[in-house]
Amino acid sequence: MSPKTTKTTYTLPIGPIHPALKEPVAFEFEIDGERIIDVDVSLGHIHRSIEWAGMRRNPIQNLYLAERICGICSYCHPMAFALAVERAAGIEVPERADYLRVVQAELERICSHTLWAGVAAHEIGFDSVLFLTWQIREKALDLTEYLTGNRVTKAITMIGGVRRDITKDMIPKITETLNYLKDNFEKLRHVYLDDKTFKMRSQGCGILTKEDALGLCACGPTTRASGVKKDVRLDQPYFAFNDLDFDYVTPDILTGEVNGDVYDRIIVRLLEVKQSIELIEQCLDQMPEGDIVSEPKIAKLLSTLKKVKGEGIGRMEAPRGEVFHYVKLDGNEYPYCWKVRAPTYSNILPWIPMLRGEQIADIPIVAASTDPCMSCTNRVAIVDADKKYELNKEQLHRLSVEKTRRLMK
Amino acid sequence: MTEQLTPEKIIKSFKDEFKTKIKDSRIEKHVAGSKKNELIHIWLNIDKSVFKKAIKHVVKLEKYPHLAVVSGYDMGKTIDLIYHFSIYYGERTKEISINITIELPKNNPVIETITDLIPGALITEQEKQEMLGVKVKGIPKDERVFIPNDFPKGVYPWRKDETGPDKMVRNLHEVKK
Repeated sequence: MSPKTTKTTYTLPIGPIHPALKEPVAFEFEIDGERIIDVDVSLGHIHRSIEWAGMRRNPIQNLYLAERICGICSYCHPMAFALAVERAAGIEVPERADYLRVVQAELERICSHTLWAGVAAHEIGFDSVLFLTWQIREKALDLTEYLTGNRVTKAITMIGGVRRDITKDMIPKITETLNYLKDNFEKLRHVYLDDKTFKMRSQGCGILTKEDALGLCACGPTTRASGVKKDVRLDQPYFAFNDLDFDYVTPDILTGEVNGDVYDRIIVRLLEVKQSIELIEQCLDQMPEGDIVSEPKIAKLLSTLKKVKGEGIGRMEAPRGEVFHYVKLDGNEYPYCWKVRAPTYSNILPWIPMLRGEQIADIPIVAASTDPCMSCTNRVAIVDADKKYELNKEQLHRLSVEKTRRLMK
Repeated sequence: MTEQLTPEKIIKSFKDEFKTKIKDSRIEKHVAGSKKNELIHIWLNIDKSVFKKAIKHVVKLEKYPHLAVVSGYDMGKTIDLIYHFSIYYGERTKEISINITIELPKNNPVIETITDLIPGALITEQEKQEMLGVKVKGIPKDERVFIPNDFPKGVYPWRKDETGPDKMVRNLHEVKK
C-alpha cells in the first residue's frame, strides 16, 4: 500500500483473551468508524488435547476428565460421555436414576442461566444487577452442594446411573430452595425484561435470523431465541424427560413475536430457569423407587466395558445447547475414539451474522449473548493503518458502560 | 414440511438411491424413562464415491439437517469419518439421528466439502484437516482452527501411526528441571 492511500476501514482484533468470553477466542473485526463490517473468528487458544488424553484412560477415569472440560457444564459432559458408553455397551439405566439425572441436569441449567444473566448485566454496566442475580444463584449452588457434595465439579455421574440418591429427608431442603428461587424469579424477570435501558441495549441488537440459525447449525437458547424449535430434551427425550410436562421455550411465548436479538435470548434463558424449577418439582413428585445405578461395583463394570466392541453417541441439552459425545470401544481398556462437541463449537459461526453491522460497544453483550463457555481477562488491540493502540478489558468495558449511560440520559 | 419417514423407510430410501454403495446399515433403538420412549439412531456406512450425493439425500429428508459434528479415527489402512446428523427436530420424540460413516484410504484421504449444503460444517471440517490429515476439497477457509500455526506440519494428533503426535509427548517426570 502506498503511503498516500487512505484506508476507509480498519481491523480490530479482540481476544484471544477478552472480557465477554470465558474461554479464549480471537475475533478480527473489520471496522468502519463505529460499525462492524465483517468478523473473522479463530479458536484453539485453550486446546488441551482432552480427547487425546481420554483415549489413554479407562471409561471411569474419563468421567472425571470429562467433568473438567467445562467448569459450568461439569455435569453435562461426563453424562453425555456416560450415555455414549451405555449405548455402546448396551447398559440399561434404572428408572430412578433417570429421574435423578434430570434433577441434576436442571439444577445445573438454573446455575448456568443465572450465572449468564449476571454476566450479561455486567457487560452492559449494571453491576448491582449482577450481584442481585448471583445472590439468588448462590442458593442454587448451595442446593447443588447439598445434593452432590460439591459446588462445581460434582462427580455425580456414573456409567449406568448416578452416585448419590435423593432421600426423603432431603426433600424439605430442596423444596425450600425451589420456593426461594420461584419467589425471586419474578424479581429477576421484572429487572431483565421490563427495564427500559435493558430493552434499549438488547432489542434489535445482535440479530440472528431463523435461516442463519438453521444453516449454521446453532443450538440451544441461541437457536430457540431465533424461533427454531430445537431442544434435545424434547426432540429425542433421554433420561426421564418424556415423562415430564414441558414445552419448547421460544420468545414468542412471552412477546408474541420472534426477533432473534439479544433481548430474545434473555427471554429464553429466563423462562428456562422457571421451566427447570418446575421440572425438578415434577421429578420429585413422580420419582419411582429403585436402584440408582445398574452396576455398583466399579471393578466389575470396568471389566465388562473392557470386553465391549461397539460405538455410541450421547446427546444432551446442556444449558448452552446440544452437547454431543461419540465413543468407540474396541475391546480394550481405553476407548478407541472419543469425540466431544460442546455447544459453543456450534454457536461460534452464528456470531458472524450477529455482529455484522453492530457497534464496537455492542461487542461484549452480543458475544456474551450466546453464552460462550469461557473465562479470563482481556486485552484488545486496535490497529489503525500505521498506528497501533490497545484497549484493555477495563477500557472496552467502559465503552460499553458509557453507551448504556448515554442511552439513559 | 416434507413427510416424515420411519427409520426403516429412511434406510430403504438410501438403499433405493445408492444400491450397493451402502455398505452397511443398522437401526439402534434405546429406551428412556418410565414411559420407555424410543431414541432412534441410524448408522450407515457409505462408499466414498457417493458421499456428496448421500449428504444431498439427507438434505432432501430435512431441509436443514442439524450437523452435530464430524468425528473420525485412524483405522490403520483407512481413516474413517462419521457425520452425525439429526433430522425431524421441532416435534416431541420425533427426532432421528443419522450417523454416516465414510472410509477414506490413508494414501489419499480426500473428501469433498459440504459447506455449500450446510454452512455450519466449516469448523468441524477444518478440525478434521488438522487433526486427521484429511484433505477437504473446496473448503472455503483452508486454515488451522484449533492447532496453532507454529505446530509442525505433517503431524496429526489423532493419527495412530508414525504421523501421530507420540514423538512430541513428554512425561512430566522425564522433563529435566
